[in-house]
Amino acid sequence: MAKKNSLGRRGFLKGAAAGAAALVAKPAAVKAQQAQAPRPTAPLPSATQVAFETGTPPARVDAYTTDRPGADFMVDVLKSLNFDYIFANPGSSFRGLQESFINYGGNKAPEWITCCHEESSVAMAHGYYKIEGKPILCMAHGTVGLQHASMAIYNAYADRVPVYLILGNEQEIGFRRSDVEWAHAVQDAASMVRDYTKWDDSPISLGHFAESAVRAYKIMMTPPMEPVVLCANGFLQEEPMSAEDRRSARVPKLVVPGPPAGDAGSVAEAAKMLVAAENPVLVAGRVARTPNGIKLLVELAETIQAPVMDRRFRMNFPTRHPLYNSGNVANADVVMGLEVPDFWFVTHGQTPINRMGMEAKSIVKPGTRLITITAGDLFSRSNYQDFGRYADVDLAIAADAEATLPALIEACKKLLTGDRKRAMEERGKKLAEQHKKNRDSDIEQAAAGWDASPVSTARMAAELWNQIQHEDWSLVSDLTFVSWWPQRLWQFDKPYHFIGGHGAYGIGYGAPAAVGAALANKKHGRISVNIQCDGDLNYAPGVLWTAAHHRIPLLSIMHNNRAYHQEYMFLEDMAARATRGIENAHIGTAIKDPNINYATMAKAYGMYSAGPIENPNDLGPAIKAALEVVKKGEPALIDVVTQPR
Amino acid sequence: MKLASLIVTAAALILTGVAAAQAPAGNADNGKRLFLRDGCWECHGYAGQGGRDGARIAATALNAQGLIRYVRRPAGAMPAFTEKVATDQELTDIWSYLKTLPAPKAAKDIPLLNQLKNQ
Repeated sequence: MAKKNSLGRRGFLKGAAAGAAALVAKPAAVKAQQAQAPRPTAPLPSATQVAFETGTPPARVDAYTTDRPGADFMVDVLKSLNFDYIFANPGSSFRGLQESFINYGGNKAPEWITCCHEESSVAMAHGYYKIEGKPILCMAHGTVGLQHASMAIYNAYADRVPVYLILGNEQEIGFRRSDVEWAHAVQDAASMVRDYTKWDDSPISLGHFAESAVRAYKIMMTPPMEPVVLCANGFLQEEPMSAEDRRSARVPKLVVPGPPAGDAGSVAEAAKMLVAAENPVLVAGRVARTPNGIKLLVELAETIQAPVMDRRFRMNFPTRHPLYNSGNVANADVVMGLEVPDFWFVTHGQTPINRMGMEAKSIVKPGTRLITITAGDLFSRSNYQDFGRYADVDLAIAADAEATLPALIEACKKLLTGDRKRAMEERGKKLAEQHKKNRDSDIEQAAAGWDASPVSTARMAAELWNQIQHEDWSLVSDLTFVSWWPQRLWQFDKPYHFIGGHGAYGIGYGAPAAVGAALANKKHGRISVNIQCDGDLNYAPGVLWTAAHHRIPLLSIMHNNRAYHQEYMFLEDMAARATRGIENAHIGTAIKDPNINYATMAKAYGMYSAGPIENPNDLGPAIKAALEVVKKGEPALIDVVTQPR
Repeated sequence: MKLASLIVTAAALILTGVAAAQAPAGNADNGKRLFLRDGCWECHGYAGQGGRDGARIAATALNAQGLIRYVRRPAGAMPAFTEKVATDQELTDIWSYLKTLPAPKAAKDIPLLNQLKNQ
C-alpha cells in the first residue's frame, strides 16, 4: 500500500514545476527586496519554527515514497516465468526494476548477475540456454544498451536461441530528468532489432505489461525459438501502482505450446524414402533441442543404419558412434537435413575457379532425393539473410525436427522387412569400418607439428583431453577456429559436452557464451572448458571479471594465434587474386607489436592465470594446475601461444 | 599392363627426371624467410603441419616442379599464386625449406595419441 499522504510522481512533478515557475516569475521582486533589506539581525524564532524543531513533524504532502512501485508488480510477473538469472549491465532506464528485483524480489530466482557490457549479457544468455535449456532475462537501456547488445541478439536469432530482453525506456517527456535521459529515450526502442527478434511490445500500463510479458515468453519458446523484446517504461516501473491496477492487474497463466511435429503424410513419405535408400545420409544441424534429441537421432540412425553428418551447431550425436561422420553425401541416394540452416551448402560445392561463390555445382548424384525437416520453414524475416540459399528439395517438412523424430522412427520401423534389415546391417558394418578409418586418420594427423612452437591446436586438444577425460566435463566453446580437434579426438556423448557455435559468426560471442554456459554447469558440478580465441576475447574482456566476481568455475585455454586469423587468410587470398602484396596480409589483421599477455589480463580481472605458454611440453602441467583452481569453484585462464588453426 | 601403357609411364618418368635435373636449386634458408613472409604458414601452419584450411606440407612428397604447378593452379580452397607474386625460384626455395621440416612421428610413438588410439 502507498502511504496515504504520498503523491504520485506525476503530482510531485506538477507541483515542482509550478514552484519553479513561480521562482522564475519573481526575480525582479526578489532583487528589490534584497536591495532594500536592512542589515540582518538575528530574529527570535517564531512559534511555528519552534514547533517544527521541537514537536512532531507534520506529514509532508510532497514526499516521494511508495511501498508499491509498479516495478514490484513487474517483478511478480517476471518471477512467474521462472528465470534463474538476470544478466545486465546497469542502466538508469531500468533502475526501478533493478531495485525491485534485488529488494522486493530478494535477488533470488532470478538472481542478478553483473555484466560489463550488454553484448556480454546477451551472449552469456546464449551460452546459458545451450547448457540448461532455459532462457535468461537480460536488461538493457532501450537505446545505448540495446546498441551494445544488438550483435549478440543477432547471433542468438541466427542460432535459434531464446533470449528474453527487457529494455528500459522513459517514454513520458515529463519524467526525463536531464539531457542524459532525453538521449537515452526512444520512440520505438525495439525497432533497431526487430529484423532479428521474433516479437516485441512496448506496454503502456501494468496490466498490458503483464499480458505482453507472458505472451513474449510463450512466443519465444515455441520453435523456432528466437529472442523477444519487451519495453519497460520508466513511469510504469517507478510510479506507484494505481488503485485501478491494484484491482485489475493479474499475472497471466503461462502455457507454452508443444513444438510442432511434421504431418503424418509427409512423415510416412520420408520414411519410405529412407528405408528404400541404399545410401541414405542424415545431416544434423540444430536437431537436438533437448537431451532427448540426441537419443532420438541415434535411434533413427541405428534403425536404418544411416551415417550422421554433423554440422556441429549443437551436441547432436556421439562422436565415437560408428555412424558418426562415416558417410558422404556424394555417394548418397537420399539426404535428409534435420534443422540444417545451410542445407544448400551440404549438397553443393563452390568451384575454385571462381572464388567469389558465383559458380557452384551440385555434389550429390543426379536423382538423389533431398528431404528437409526444419522449423525454419515456419518463421523467417527478410532483411537479414541468415536463412541461407534456397534449397531445391523433394520433400520439405515444416516442423520441429526433434518433435518429428518419434513418428519418423516408428514409420521407418513399420517399413522394415527382412531383406531391408539385412541390407542395412551390411551397410552398418561398412560405415563402422569407415568411422574407424576416419578416427585413425585423425589421430595420425594430430601427430603433425606435435612438438612445434607455437603449440599446435591438435596438441592443445590432446593435452586437454588427457586432463579432463575422467572428469564430468563440458566444452563451452565453438571449435571452428581450432580445426575441430576436440571433436576429432575426444569422446562427446553427453548433451552438455558441446554447445555449438555463434549462430551468425559475430565475433565476441565466445568468451561471454562460455561464462554463461559455465554458470549453467556450476549447479551440476561440471568442469567447464573454454578454448578461447584471442580476437574474440578482446571485444569485451570484462566478462572475465563477471566470472571471477560470481565465482563461476571455468577453465579457459587461450587459442592465442595473435591475429584475426580468418581475415588474415582472406586478405592473403585477395592479394593473391589481385597478384600483388601477398606479404602485407598482416596489416589490419595481426594482433602483435605489442603481443597481448592474456595471463596478465586475467590477473587484472581477479582470475588465476598462467602463461604465455610457447613450449608444448609446459602445457600439460599448466592445465593440471589450473584445473585444481577450477575444481575449487573459481575461473582460471591459461594463455597458450598457438598455431593459426 | 599393356605395352603402350608401359611406354607412356616410362616416358613420363624420364621426363620427370629431366625436369628435376633441370630444376633450379633451392635455398632452404631463403625458403624459410619466404614461407613466413608470404604467408604460407597462415593455412599450412608454422610447422607445415596443415589444418582446417590447408594440407600438411612439411616434408612434402611433391618435387619442386610439382609444388610450382600446384601453387599456380591449385585445387580446393587455396588461392592461385602467380609468377608476379612468387617466382619459380622463390617457390623452389620454399620447397627446399619444406623438405627440411620433419615428417610427423607416428601416433603410436606419442603416448597421448597412442592412448587415444586405444580408447
